[in-house]
Amino acid sequence: MQIDWLSFTPIPSLVGGMILGVAAALYVLLHGRILGISGIVSGLLHPQVGDWTWRLSLTLGLLSAPFFAALFFGILPIIEVDAGWAAVIIAGLLVGFGAQYGSGCTSGHGICGLSHLSPRSLVATLSFMTAGFLVVFIIRHLI
Amino acid sequence: MKKHFSLISQYAIGILFGWGLIISGMSNPQKILSFLDIAGSWDPSLLFVMGGAVLVGLAGYYLAGKRSEAFFGGALHIPTRRDISRPLVIGSFIFGAGWGIAGFCPGPALVALGTGHLKAIVFVIAMFAGMLICERFFTAHRKQA
Repeated sequence: MQIDWLSFTPIPSLVGGMILGVAAALYVLLHGRILGISGIVSGLLHPQVGDWTWRLSLTLGLLSAPFFAALFFGILPIIEVDAGWAAVIIAGLLVGFGAQYGSGCTSGHGICGLSHLSPRSLVATLSFMTAGFLVVFIIRHLI
Repeated sequence: MKKHFSLISQYAIGILFGWGLIISGMSNPQKILSFLDIAGSWDPSLLFVMGGAVLVGLAGYYLAGKRSEAFFGGALHIPTRRDISRPLVIGSFIFGAGWGIAGFCPGPALVALGTGHLKAIVFVIAMFAGMLICERFFTAHRKQA
């Protein structure tokens, strides 16, 4: 293991992480729910009266975030995707399927679940981290 | 009126969460993959993101635990299940595999979609398809964030 000191951004990452924590905390206090993105957006697929507009509002907020970041702070997010089109499609299918089957994603299990000390979320987080480490190892060092 | 404020709050929290992802660097798939590549040149930044988020989150959930109702009304919907089920482990493993292929998970993919990034658009469409496939063939398993 060799640390990539040039890419390592401890301060912005810690500050950004704390903002994620503030958002998750506000969400449970104001709206009484887990800020789990996969769970919230998957409900958009089955529109029901009274259970749709709030999901849409949160999703639109996420989509607008880069615009307002550029407007207020002049920050343009860097988005680099090395994966090819086929890989992107397979990745999307696996992420959608897995989040639905495993009842959550990096936000629901990783941030909110660990924040309320859920043993299920700890197992889920360790599982997806392990799978991520393995897949990246296979793609970058074996294939 | 309260309902309108509630929707505005949902929107604002979505923006705030998106900003957290952008500032922390997590909206960039390349940075996620650099964290997952422990055998290569490793970027530990994601640990700091998780650490910062959980530190604040712990306080938030501690406060929420003392309340019985959300500010905008209704009971708190905090999952109480404690069983480690097969779908939980298998699903999370599949999720992690997809995460490791492209470096996208749902939140950052939606933020990237907001910039009009073509691969993010394709990823999100595939992600919704994956969710539908799961619901279609594994309906016995009910969703619980």
